[in-house]
Amino acid sequence: MHVPDGFINAPVSVAAGVVAAGAVAVSLRGARRELDERIAPLAGLVAAFIFAVQMLNFPVAAGTSGHLLGGALAAILVGPYTGVLCVSVVLLMQGILFADGGLTALGVNITVMAVVTTVVAYATFRGLVKVLPKKRRSVTVSAFVAAALSVPAAALAFTLVYSVGGTTDVPIGRVLTAMVGVHVLIGLGEAAITAFTVGAVIAVRPDLVYGARGLTQKLQLRVNGELVDATPEPQPVPPALTPSHRTRNVWLTGLAASLVLAGVVSFYASASPDGLEKVAADKGIDAKVEEHAAAGSPLADYSVEGITDGRLSGGLAGVIGVGATIVAGTGVFWTVRRRRTDEDTPAVTPRASV
Amino acid sequence: MVLVTPSPIQPPIPSPAPSLEVSGLAYAYPDGHQALFGVDFSVGRGERVALLGPNGAGKTTLVLHLNGILTGGAGTVTVAGMPVGKRHMAEIRRKVGIVFQDPDDQLFMQTVREDVAFGPAAAGMKGEELERRVRTALGLVGMADFADRPPHHLSFGQRRRVAVATVLAMEPEILVLDEPSSNLDPASRRELADILRSLDVTVLMVTHDLPYALELCPRALILSEGVIAADGPTNDLLGDDGLMRAHRLELPYGFDPRSVPTARTP
Amino acid sequence: MGAGHAHRLYRHAHSPVHALPPHTKLAAAFTFVIVVVSTPREAVWAFAAYAVLLAGVARAAQVPAAFLLKRLLIEIPFVAFAVLMPFVAQGERVEVLGMSLSVNGLWGAWNVLAKGTLGVATSVLLASTTELRELLLGLQRLKLPPLLVQIASFMIRYGDVIADEMRRMRIARESRGFEASGVRHWGVLAKSAGALFIRSYERGERVHLAMMSRGYTGSMPVIDEVTASRAQWSYAFALPVAALAVCLLGWSL
Repeated sequence: MHVPDGFINAPVSVAAGVVAAGAVAVSLRGARRELDERIAPLAGLVAAFIFAVQMLNFPVAAGTSGHLLGGALAAILVGPYTGVLCVSVVLLMQGILFADGGLTALGVNITVMAVVTTVVAYATFRGLVKVLPKKRRSVTVSAFVAAALSVPAAALAFTLVYSVGGTTDVPIGRVLTAMVGVHVLIGLGEAAITAFTVGAVIAVRPDLVYGARGLTQKLQLRVNGELVDATPEPQPVPPALTPSHRTRNVWLTGLAASLVLAGVVSFYASASPDGLEKVAADKGIDAKVEEHAAAGSPLADYSVEGITDGRLSGGLAGVIGVGATIVAGTGVFWTVRRRRTDEDTPAVTPRASV
Repeated sequence: MVLVTPSPIQPPIPSPAPSLEVSGLAYAYPDGHQALFGVDFSVGRGERVALLGPNGAGKTTLVLHLNGILTGGAGTVTVAGMPVGKRHMAEIRRKVGIVFQDPDDQLFMQTVREDVAFGPAAAGMKGEELERRVRTALGLVGMADFADRPPHHLSFGQRRRVAVATVLAMEPEILVLDEPSSNLDPASRRELADILRSLDVTVLMVTHDLPYALELCPRALILSEGVIAADGPTNDLLGDDGLMRAHRLELPYGFDPRSVPTARTP
Repeated sequence: MGAGHAHRLYRHAHSPVHALPPHTKLAAAFTFVIVVVSTPREAVWAFAAYAVLLAGVARAAQVPAAFLLKRLLIEIPFVAFAVLMPFVAQGERVEVLGMSLSVNGLWGAWNVLAKGTLGVATSVLLASTTELRELLLGLQRLKLPPLLVQIASFMIRYGDVIADEMRRMRIARESRGFEASGVRHWGVLAKSAGALFIRSYERGERVHLAMMSRGYTGSMPVIDEVTASRAQWSYAFALPVAALAVCLLGWSL
């Protein structure tokens, strides 16, 4: 899902870069509040974890497999600010070190994959945890829904960016249909893995699940053989935890709004007649994205699960790929030159800004 | 069961202030679990002392008090006459060099050189002086040729030696080693022992590797159930079967402390 | 492993490009890509000129063409996307081999392919001539927030350690006869992921203790600094400046 250079035009790329920089700056401040001077080692290690876990292959069926994107997981485990930072750093390093995602598209990639996923997932998660009964099962369920929504939300955000700064005048409705449609499916996988993983962490170290801190029991002290309540720990409690009807209502409204939005979007997605065709094609794309993510990872030497079968046979394939690019490129050039016409700049389609 | 033996091995000339003095140290974790129940001991300048104890005796908790990472319980820790507290924290952390158990936790920078430079640089040192510190420290542990390597490309034994160098570069008053021999093969173990013996620095070695303690430290302390249960020549403590059993300390099969030469007083 | 002091894309050599200070290279690469992306897609010759410029850099950097081409594979998913564009885009259509293609879509496909390929090639050249540690120093020098650089450094430092833990967990699973083959095994895999998170987080806490023990109070001490002379800057910026000339020409023609 890493957007390459040239997909989004220069002004919008720069604008997205500004948005991303702002979001990262806010997250830096927020994370510093959450972790004070522990932030660098902890966020660094969590980023390394996200990076590693993206390479853990989850077999789906018949040789295909999926992997985690990690935005929702990071948000739930370490909080939204640190989550944004971790995923942003992963994206930055992937862009600079491994040519994964264009340098000019860094802003778009961070905005869509680090900021939108994390914020949507965390908001949904906190909202659900607040309204559901205080049980561990609720945390897993909330994690599932949060992750399930975060992926199509990112697709929606991408479509919005594309509608403003896309370099080709593809009908936005179709892009939306395809993107959201595919990502609803991907989101379900993401959701299952995220929920399982959060469940696994909460079973062993519930204190490490940032989003569920309100659920841990009060500490007790043994003073002269009797149990007394410990004074509340000075650990940072997410602001949403402070019980008040107003915040509760805000959360409920937000939750309802996102559910309605998701419903409308998926209805629109399924109602579009030629959606399926595109979805299928895009699914093919995504399968390949996976291959490259694994084969191109810096740690591929370690042969993390299933990498070998995803890897194409090296240089030959590369040469063929590039050859195809050049042939396709020249073909386009000649075809178009035959009938060169004046061209309008791609019009912005307003209806995409739902 | 407290065996108080006046330590016969004192440094020849008693220094004005001992390197480390711990008195009445008690600590409970925020979760209520109390780990230390009044620890008292002191380590003279230039001594090499082993701190022995079974798992869960509170050894690591004690170590984290020595440079003020854990505070807030009862009692005091004094390093070279300076009380451990907020006021002197930077100075204390320079004076107490802790080598943690997993060298991967300790070596967090991109190259060996940067890692060794981290402590002195954090104290404000730079330029040629910093460079000299790094070279000296790496030379002491025999790792001078590896300065530009990333830590994760070294063997485990090499990493442990670099971890020691990161602390030596701060020229500490006292070197505290947490399980220095764990996961080392016999050769690396020997090399590390040679290095530690060659250093002219006060050493507190936390371990349950009893032969290693006997080999390196003339004096030993036993920490058990949060207090110092015994303090005396390592040889005597290891030879006292009753004492050893009472504190869940066991010598390797066939090992007789009376049959090995006692560690030299440094 | 055993790649020595390098990450996977890095190619050790003693070329003038390798010798440039990292922040000049980073800045030059970014500027170049921005110029490429700002070039009008109809100026087809301009993209050929960019490719020639990059080929020149690759030659100076002693990066073999095969290496560069192989790495371009990462683009394939977007080639597929680009191929779709002529079919779905709107606007005037043209008949090719009996298929009705959108002119706009064809241009769009070309645009994405050309710019994407040049972008990937630029990143590959940057990564293959600059060591990891240098890149971090360069980012620091380019005034990326220090905290972000620190997080990135820790991520790089512990990436291998954590991947190694993950590998050991897999071996442990397989040694007990577990082979993940479908959705019903996700629970087990996710348990590993959860355990991996706990280990990573706890290691982060221990690293922080080790840092504090050596006098860390929230900011990294400056140990190495990179500096660049005017000559080095101008050498590094030869590429984007040449590209800018091409780009301006592309707009004016």
